[in-house]
Amino acid sequence: MALLDVVDLTVEFPTRRGVLRALDRVSFSIDAGEILGVVGESGAGKSLTGAAIVGLLERPGRVAGGQILFEGKRIDTLSAEPLRRIRGRRIGMIFQDPLTTLNPLYTIGRQLTETMQTHMRLSDSEARTKAIGWLDRVGIPAAAQRIDAYPHEFSGGQRQRVVIALALCADPVLVIADEPTTALDVSIQAQIITLLKDLTRDHGTAVMLITHDMGVIAETADRVAVMYAGRIAEIGPVAAVIRHPAHPYSDGLMASIPSLEHRVDRLRQIDGAMPRLDAIPNGCRFNPRCPRVFDRCTTEQPELLDAGATRAACWLHAHD
Amino acid sequence: MTKPAVLEAIAVSHLFDVSRPFLQRMFTREPRRMLRAVDDVSFEIAPGTTFALVGESGCGKSTIARLAVGLYEPSDGDILFENQPLSSARAQPGLRRRMNMIFQDPYASLNPRWRVSDIVSEPIRAFKIATRPNEVHARVGTLLAQVGLTIRDGEKYPHEFSGGQRQRISIARALASEPDFLVCDEPTSALDVSVQAQILNLMRDLQKRLGLTYLFISHNLAVVRHMADRLGVMYLGRIVEQGPAEAIFRTPRHPYTRLLLDAIPDLEQVGRARTPVGGELPSPIAPPPGCAFHPRCPLANDRCRVEKPAHTMAGAVQVACHAVEEGRDG
Amino acid sequence: MLTRAWNSDLAYNFRTSPVALASAALALILLIAAAFAPWLAPHNPMDVASLSLMDSFKPPLGMADADWSNPLGTDNQGRDVLSAIMYGMRISLLVGFLSVLFAIVVGIAIGLVAGYAGGITDTLLMRVADVQLTFPSILTALLVDGVISAALPHTMREALQIYVIIFAIGISLWPNFARTVRGSTLVERNKDYVMAARVIGVPSWRIMLSHVLPNVIGPVMVIGTLGLGLAIIAEATLSFLGVGLPPTQPSLGTLIRFGDDFLFSGEWWVTVFPGLTLILMVLAINLLGDWLRDALNPRLR
Repeated sequence: MALLDVVDLTVEFPTRRGVLRALDRVSFSIDAGEILGVVGESGAGKSLTGAAIVGLLERPGRVAGGQILFEGKRIDTLSAEPLRRIRGRRIGMIFQDPLTTLNPLYTIGRQLTETMQTHMRLSDSEARTKAIGWLDRVGIPAAAQRIDAYPHEFSGGQRQRVVIALALCADPVLVIADEPTTALDVSIQAQIITLLKDLTRDHGTAVMLITHDMGVIAETADRVAVMYAGRIAEIGPVAAVIRHPAHPYSDGLMASIPSLEHRVDRLRQIDGAMPRLDAIPNGCRFNPRCPRVFDRCTTEQPELLDAGATRAACWLHAHD
Repeated sequence: MTKPAVLEAIAVSHLFDVSRPFLQRMFTREPRRMLRAVDDVSFEIAPGTTFALVGESGCGKSTIARLAVGLYEPSDGDILFENQPLSSARAQPGLRRRMNMIFQDPYASLNPRWRVSDIVSEPIRAFKIATRPNEVHARVGTLLAQVGLTIRDGEKYPHEFSGGQRQRISIARALASEPDFLVCDEPTSALDVSVQAQILNLMRDLQKRLGLTYLFISHNLAVVRHMADRLGVMYLGRIVEQGPAEAIFRTPRHPYTRLLLDAIPDLEQVGRARTPVGGELPSPIAPPPGCAFHPRCPLANDRCRVEKPAHTMAGAVQVACHAVEEGRDG
Repeated sequence: MLTRAWNSDLAYNFRTSPVALASAALALILLIAAAFAPWLAPHNPMDVASLSLMDSFKPPLGMADADWSNPLGTDNQGRDVLSAIMYGMRISLLVGFLSVLFAIVVGIAIGLVAGYAGGITDTLLMRVADVQLTFPSILTALLVDGVISAALPHTMREALQIYVIIFAIGISLWPNFARTVRGSTLVERNKDYVMAARVIGVPSWRIMLSHVLPNVIGPVMVIGTLGLGLAIIAEATLSFLGVGLPPTQPSLGTLIRFGDDFLFSGEWWVTVFPGLTLILMVLAINLLGDWLRDALNPRLR
């Protein structure tokens, strides 16, 4: 049984110009200890998927269909309080901007001990010892002294380390990391990605890693889901999706990334732009930009189909 | 010497005043505090080529972009445009017209209250390249077509376009003054990768077709590799390594360049394990003494901690590193 | 063009906000009553010949001896209170609009220059604004009004009084506009579209007028609306204190002052109805201003 099972998740935003469907029947699962990367361009729905799982959709967004099963139990129907207990205890969260997670008025030690004591029975001194241990593990130098410092006394990279400690300190089984390194410089980004990967591997924690950076996915994730306009276009093992993408969108996406290894005269580009939610085309959402479009693509919406090592929502892989 | 350089920077430094307000300083008896954003930077850009500057936040690359088009005055050193001091070049409309700039944020770089045709025609009107309304209109049409838009897009406002289309509008505006030198400050870093490819291809096409010279600023080494003929790697206000892009990517010499190249996650190395270099980016207000990179450098010794390294040639590449100079870099 | 305006977010917000609709309706009714007073008012209160002391102190409808020719009663000279209010609103609104307009023009000019130039110019201009803001604006208006009136020759005083009042109230309000415009200008001048104009050498004054100004005008409209309420009250206060407009051009404030003498002798309507009108007018304007502020502020949406 998968740790997290998302089945036909649909998220809608009612607006005065009609209901916008931001996620349309998104299905995937994450096994215990696995790192699933979720990539896509801005507006593809990857952050929304993460927010919907933990019940943090911004109003007026709402889950309009589907199920979210966590450890075999439905969590999309839970009320705010039991969901809040799962969040933090069983599911940790890391966001792009550490300052949205850290309270500027409390020392980081207080924030760590409070998080642990909310979810676990610990005395004050036990919690403090554990907190110092966590700061040490995430690579904060002189953790025993720095524990009483405030968030603004840390650099951006160090703050993201503290946020990782905060997300992991209650021993969750799943961490949802939404663009955890986007705000950081490349040399710092490498440190944070390595840290996240090592710590979750040591603790057997599963990770849903949401990012627009295919490179980060390539070296971190086990499997990857490529999202496009509110749907999953392709999902499968990272190496397969990168080397032999089965969906024309993932194929174009990989080819449009400039490489460090060799220089090409022209990058392969996908013409046009992702459709806005109020102008989703009929049939396959990618069909107006697709180089391999044919009749069926413009009328019928494809579901995920077996495509060799991966599964792709593309009629090229229909065998009926 | 073949053709003279389009732009030449000679030992350019730029300081920002980051002192507290005057009154506060008077009461606390604090001295003025200066931030050395650009420190002794020299480079030249040959016509029709792309010179790229790459580095992390606070390294001074965007300050150089603004110095290069005269938005800032250098505190020290000289910038020459077509062999003339930049300030006197900019005083002549005929020369000022020949340089323009493309910005990073496609949302802030277009005036939200203006129609696209007014945005694109601003340089045409400013330099009186055309004056009759139908002439201006025709030019706007040509410019929009050149970047893959249509004249009918000119009637719309910026918010009706996606990020990539806005960046096309920005490029059309930059081309409107008929420049031959363009400063591009992180032109694709706010864009999604598939759109980034469109814009990079467009910029390369335009360069070939119009013979443009680019000063290309980016934090993304892969993008720089795709665009640059020559390359400067910046760290805390200094160019630490400079030379032909191909040579630097093939055999990086400076330890910082190596760190940067090693830190970039690459598609072709699925699941690779690595040992990232530790340490934080120091604050540019109080840079470390000696070589600013020494606290993070695996090759640092006592000399690096006290003595600022000079720019020395190492093959085709110019490097500012004691270890490279002494042959300690292995 | 019209359909686009109707479908815009602001128009939609307006159509669906009961407060905005109600206050706009009230403001519109008062505005029409004031603008078309010569045609709508039952009597001409300025026409001294038509006044008769026989008609003085007629009570409003609902009381004994009331009749429909003077629905809100008459004052001590037999003037119809309703007509006087409608004519009085003209003066109040005129002074309010013109003084806010004056304050907006001065405030935008100073705010743009301070924000765009920065440095010592900014410091000097904003310290002046700060100093003025430490005094209540009515005190500033009183002071300016007093100084100018004293300086004017006696014969010209009455004719010019309305301009003096507009100037005095306008001067008392400009710092609010200047500070807002300066704040927005500081944000806008660092945006890349301003940089783009600077790179091609567009002169500063043109950047300020054609690029920055259209982008800082939104908040000005909000404070302008709220400032209109303030200006009307300021004028009423000055007139109530007797340093405002001459009795030949009675505003709402003047009417309240006249009627005040009879408040305790039983003829309350002479002062209460102009007072109520003033309250309703300022309330409608302020509610509209509040709505506009919320509608233009994306964070509250």
